[in-house]
Amino acid sequence: MEICELTAHKLHNLLTSKEIRAEEVCLAVFKRINQVEDKVKAYLSLVREEALEKARAVDRKIDRGEAISPLAGIPVALKDNLCTKGLKTTCASKILYNFVPPYNATVVDKLRQEDAVITGKTNMDEFAMGSSTENSAFQKTCNPWSLDCVPGGSSGGSAAAVAAGEAICALGSDTGGSIRQPAAFCGVVGMKPTYGTVSRYGLVAFASSLDQIGPFARDVTDCALMLNAISGHDSMDSTSVPTELPDYRNALVEDIDGFRIGVPAEYFAAGLDDRVRRVIEEAITVLEQRGARVEETTLPHTEYALSTYYIIAPAEASSNLARYDGVRYGYRVEEAEDVVDMFSRTRSRGFGAEVKRRVMLGTYALSAGYYDAYYLKALKVRTLIRRDFERAFEKFDFLISPTTPSTAFRFGEKVDDPLTMYLSDVFTLAVNLAGLPGVSIPAGFVDGMPVGLQLIGKPFSESTLLRAAYTFEQSTAHHLKRPPLTGEVK
Amino acid sequence: MLSREVVDHVALLARLELSEEEKERYASQLADILEYAERLQELDTEDVIPTAHVLPLQNVFRHDTVGQHLPSEETLANAPDREDNCFKVPRII
Repeated sequence: MEICELTAHKLHNLLTSKEIRAEEVCLAVFKRINQVEDKVKAYLSLVREEALEKARAVDRKIDRGEAISPLAGIPVALKDNLCTKGLKTTCASKILYNFVPPYNATVVDKLRQEDAVITGKTNMDEFAMGSSTENSAFQKTCNPWSLDCVPGGSSGGSAAAVAAGEAICALGSDTGGSIRQPAAFCGVVGMKPTYGTVSRYGLVAFASSLDQIGPFARDVTDCALMLNAISGHDSMDSTSVPTELPDYRNALVEDIDGFRIGVPAEYFAAGLDDRVRRVIEEAITVLEQRGARVEETTLPHTEYALSTYYIIAPAEASSNLARYDGVRYGYRVEEAEDVVDMFSRTRSRGFGAEVKRRVMLGTYALSAGYYDAYYLKALKVRTLIRRDFERAFEKFDFLISPTTPSTAFRFGEKVDDPLTMYLSDVFTLAVNLAGLPGVSIPAGFVDGMPVGLQLIGKPFSESTLLRAAYTFEQSTAHHLKRPPLTGEVK
Repeated sequence: MLSREVVDHVALLARLELSEEEKERYASQLADILEYAERLQELDTEDVIPTAHVLPLQNVFRHDTVGQHLPSEETLANAPDREDNCFKVPRII
């Protein structure tokens, strides 16, 4: 395996035993980027020189005999909705095409403190609205497993970068599945932590009650290392929890003997590709062989989750995106009659089709006369969805399901039909509505395309999920496969 | 289909200037999504408390101490237009 295809924990061992230098690791990743980026198009911007400088600083630390942190010298990519001081942060939107943040997101500062090497900013659906990264205003990212397929979304660039060896780990954000779904499509590990685990300060807001930042990694160990680095209370985000969080490395134990696992029947209903179902059934057998007790359960309000989500998320988005008015940053139309004309024309030209669609939908749902029927109703159903999970967790340690109903689809297949596109998140978005942790791990393949297994836990049970995911991973070899980077580039 | 008046009204509230083609497209697509969302009405939610937020956090206070703020130059660095230490916009009235 090449350097750029190794895991962070393996690289850490090679760095501390002085078998490799951080500069070499960084050069290997940028060499891979040079080789494949014209096919994958995972990045919107790259910071090669800064990355190399940081890597050399890590090498100097090692030379001086200083202890280094687990992510020191590890090349990490960032989704382009995470603010990076002095480095363009566009949210893949024309309206922020030239925005250079004057501060770092808390997670970016935390990674820098760990001496991680930031490689660049990754492509995404505009403002994280989408499930295929096709809604980027700038470029389409291709799935490294088959270049004619989407990488999933909205964090498609981060998932593809990790899969293709263009970064060792990455950060994304997940509002309705935007980490787990692309992780499943690209055959990597992707985790959405419990709401409140990771500070959202400096994450450009989409739907504030649902958004959460989380890691992409090649295996569960790296996922735990990344989560360790980014989690914890932050006074700059009043929704980050003030409690002490565990060291997630302690969860990397190969033992799920006696764990009770629930399989929600609704997640195996119509719409699920039969071949994906078979992969997940095999995964369940593996968990049983490792001593877990797997039983069917029910989440009766599952069929209402999509409707609930597509009222609440656009409602919050329409309010959050009101700030893009051409006054303080970003794009502004040249000529305008007056200030309102400037606002409207700036927004119309600056936002893409899906963003406008959701702003319209959210504005409608919040407008006088419709608020009770749509928004308030959706908030109440959100309570019912939460209660479904609470009831299931009385009996089970965690739940499992496929992450997505199918493997990665082809470009253009769903882009003209918003509802069909929204359905690709049908197994992930209830987790955000309930604020729960969820992780997608590689579970196998259908026709050479990766399938993700989703583990859903109680609030703040990331350690349980990581332990189960680790046990599954150690019993299988799916996470060791690397993508061929072939297929017809459209 | 949503009526033309509703689409115009919502676009005005959202400060979006939509083309004729966009208005037609959104009128039909939003109607489809809203029709799908209609299924929420099947549920009896009479006594259900709405969940606006999943965490039990309330009134998170901080100490009222003087901290650092962004310097004006950094704050204004991204401004499409400025005059002195102010953001400049087209005429308002």
